[in-house]
Amino acid sequence: MAIPRPQPLELQAHAMDNLRYIRQTIERAGSFTAVPGLGGVLMGSTALVAAWAAGPAARGARWVAVWMAEALVAAAIGVAGSAWKSHRAKLALLSGPGRKFAAAFTPAMAAGALLTAVLFQHGMTALLPGLWLLLYGSAIVSGGSASVRVVPLMGFCFMAAGAAALLEPAAGCVLLAAGFGGLHILFGTVIAVKYGG
Amino acid sequence: MAARENTVKKEREKRPAAGPVAASPASAHTLDRLVHERLRLGILSALAVNESLTFNELKRLLDTTDGNLSVHARKLEEAGYVGCAKSFANRMPKTEYRLTAAGRRALERYLDHMEALIQATRDK
Repeated sequence: MAIPRPQPLELQAHAMDNLRYIRQTIERAGSFTAVPGLGGVLMGSTALVAAWAAGPAARGARWVAVWMAEALVAAAIGVAGSAWKSHRAKLALLSGPGRKFAAAFTPAMAAGALLTAVLFQHGMTALLPGLWLLLYGSAIVSGGSASVRVVPLMGFCFMAAGAAALLEPAAGCVLLAAGFGGLHILFGTVIAVKYGG
Repeated sequence: MAARENTVKKEREKRPAAGPVAASPASAHTLDRLVHERLRLGILSALAVNESLTFNELKRLLDTTDGNLSVHARKLEEAGYVGCAKSFANRMPKTEYRLTAAGRRALERYLDHMEALIQATRDK
């Protein structure tokens, strides 16, 4: 008895089902990190440039403006890097791991933006390096909780740098450069080497 | 050993009995049957995004039984698609799997194949 030949649509549905299964398995496996290592290295490099351009003291509108510009550049690099990495893994940027990361990452960053405006208004810019490092670190810890271990570890290091900067505001700018520059480059390299770019 | 190799070879070359993708003449030539099986596809996919996974992690992740996972992981191991390291942790046996370069290539080929199949159907 002849087996009926499958219709093209049947083939397509089957192939799509297989791809969906692969994607779901990868998402469940959970250790895919949408955090871009190479992007982190690039973000670290631009942060070092920003630290040099902003100068050694955390004061004045120019200093804040330089770091705000750096935040925008870093955000663009981060999104582009994540998109590139997800594309390589054949995942949508906001599929499981990416979506989880974004949802957990955003609240602390939004709080940071609000507190930046308030502290700047009250002339308390010396506290900004500590605040940024602390909140960025906590955003990374939250976002990276479902990711590979190195991501929350990076977040904890940022938080430690932030705590140090808050306790010793005079060292804030150095810690800012060491954090956003050094930690990004260090952990970015580890992520790029061990977790696919 | 020779029997094992034969099993793997047969598995790779086996023409499927039925099933939509399997019955396609164009796809049957290139489709890697070793990868095509659901659980084996799951093992390769999970290992593709993890440096290594233990037997228990894979079992939990793929929601399968010891026996089933063991059989399919063995087939992938025999084909050289995954590497397996056995050790002891706190006096308990621990089996750890890693994806090999050949396994990664096989998964990528399979993904390309599925995408090409979808594209070909859309173009018709």
